[in-house]
Amino acid sequence: MTLTIDPTQPALGQRRLGASKPRHGERAIAALLGLCALVSVATTVGIVVALFVPTVEFFRSVSLREFLTTTEWAPLFDRARFGVLPLATATLVTTLCALAVCVPFGLGAAIFLSEYASGRARSLLKPALEVLAGIPTVVYGFFALTFVTPLLQEIWFGPGDPPQIFNGLSAGLVMGVMILPTIASLAEDAMSAVPRSLRAGAFALGSTKLQVSTRVVVPGALSGIVAAIVLGISRAVGETMIVLVAAGGTPNFTFNPAEAMQTMTAFIAAAGMGDQPTGTIGYKTIFAVGAALFVATFVMNQLSIRLVRRYREAYE
Amino acid sequence: MTVIATPPRRERVKAAAFKGVLLLSLGVGLVSLGVLLVDTVVTGAPRLNLDLLRRFPSGRPALAGAQSAIMGTIWVVGLCGLFTVPVGVGAAVYLEEYADPARWYNRALEVNIQNLAAVPAIVYGILGLGFLVRGIGLGQVVLAAALTLSLLVLPIVIIASRQAIRAVPNSIRLGSLALGATRWQTVRRQVLPAAVPGIATGSILALSRAIGEAAPLILLGGLTFITFNPTGLDSAFTVLPIQIFNWISRPQEEFRILAAAAIVVLLVILLAMNSAAILIRSRSQRKW
Repeated sequence: MTLTIDPTQPALGQRRLGASKPRHGERAIAALLGLCALVSVATTVGIVVALFVPTVEFFRSVSLREFLTTTEWAPLFDRARFGVLPLATATLVTTLCALAVCVPFGLGAAIFLSEYASGRARSLLKPALEVLAGIPTVVYGFFALTFVTPLLQEIWFGPGDPPQIFNGLSAGLVMGVMILPTIASLAEDAMSAVPRSLRAGAFALGSTKLQVSTRVVVPGALSGIVAAIVLGISRAVGETMIVLVAAGGTPNFTFNPAEAMQTMTAFIAAAGMGDQPTGTIGYKTIFAVGAALFVATFVMNQLSIRLVRRYREAYE
Repeated sequence: MTVIATPPRRERVKAAAFKGVLLLSLGVGLVSLGVLLVDTVVTGAPRLNLDLLRRFPSGRPALAGAQSAIMGTIWVVGLCGLFTVPVGVGAAVYLEEYADPARWYNRALEVNIQNLAAVPAIVYGILGLGFLVRGIGLGQVVLAAALTLSLLVLPIVIIASRQAIRAVPNSIRLGSLALGATRWQTVRRQVLPAAVPGIATGSILALSRAIGEAAPLILLGGLTFITFNPTGLDSAFTVLPIQIFNWISRPQEEFRILAAAAIVVLLVILLAMNSAAILIRSRSQRKW
């Protein structure tokens, strides 16, 4: 076939390669899909607006100073008190208890899975551990209240009185078990991303497996490990059902984990159960505490996302 | 000639001790899981019978069951799936197939989804309370709960679907386009069918997260004493995790046993869903 040149057509080099006629259906579909993606943006905007509008109103009636520096929290009483510190310390105490479990054991599990386990063992152990992450948190709350607390009361040898029926300690410890697979899984990802050549180099210099694990792999994966821990903290701070069930419902300005305490999340849930009428100060406190919670977890999540990006950029 | 010496005794002891500590770490999680499961089943055993599924909540523990909670869970999570899967897959297709990653707004979209995935569940409850229940006046109904849970699990569906879509090799797309298919025809007839197993797995996991979620629904009024099954979108509701929470918070020992029995039901549902997800994944493993 010979190529005939049609003078009415533009020269071959200038011909547009796109569709010859506009395809409106294609465009509509692209727009629709973009709209789906925008739902996530709308969600974020919705969260920010829903939280911060009532929060601003809240701080018209309550001074920021009272909120952040006083130690009595009784927003729903006649003589209302708005010192958020008891809720904040409860959140801190339960989070620290959780970290005491999930950081050492989570990292230990991660090192084992990444450095010691055979491929077969890893493919069995990792999903088994991840089952823990799939258990509903209300179930963990039940476990903390009906199994861990009585156990702690039984074997208590520490200073002070044994734990009360509701206490921050058992809620925190069980929360640690809940977060453990998250930390183990993220830290293992980071450790697996450390290049083989670094390990091989260390072995060639006569290092033992222990030395390679602790002095090459862990430092090499440090930003990912820190990211995992930060995300773990964020999860612990935001967790609701375990502390609601097992830590109790009375605001208590204390650092003693054996006592009953109410965390920020538990207050939100408890106040929400009480069906506060719209517009009252009690209703607005839900949003003020929610906003504090959201800001705290948002900062930690951002930090975690950045840290993960850092190690990805370094190794991949 | 020297042979490579075995490490000194002290090193060997240290190595063994370290490995022991690592195994212990792994054991903490697995043993806790085992104890939790056994303890719950043993505690709940006396009430694990069909009456639990047949009866409605009651102030008298001997007569109480979880039927309205189970039906409520089916309604809320079913609707949640109807909302969240199409939107999540749509967003994933947009991000993987249409979006230009060099544009700042597409990158912002991605970061935003990552962020949303880590927002505490109770914050979604506050969103639902502020906007859906009070703001537009839906009230404490099935629809508000389903929408709230949809927003909560949407990032999970998007992230899982994106991974599934990304796993489809580019040659499939190029081949389809080269044969004259449009972009959407390529997505609709080549990419999506190939990505279905991954999307299904991710969606099932997202819905199993929704099934277990109690905190946001407490704020939406799911805790009221409900002795009837939902009849529509505007029906009051309770769900299984909230019924469990309700029973846990009562002082009588009988309600604790009921709670344990209901937990077993909840875990069996989750186990069934997760097994389905694993089955789909292993059945459809395709090497390109």
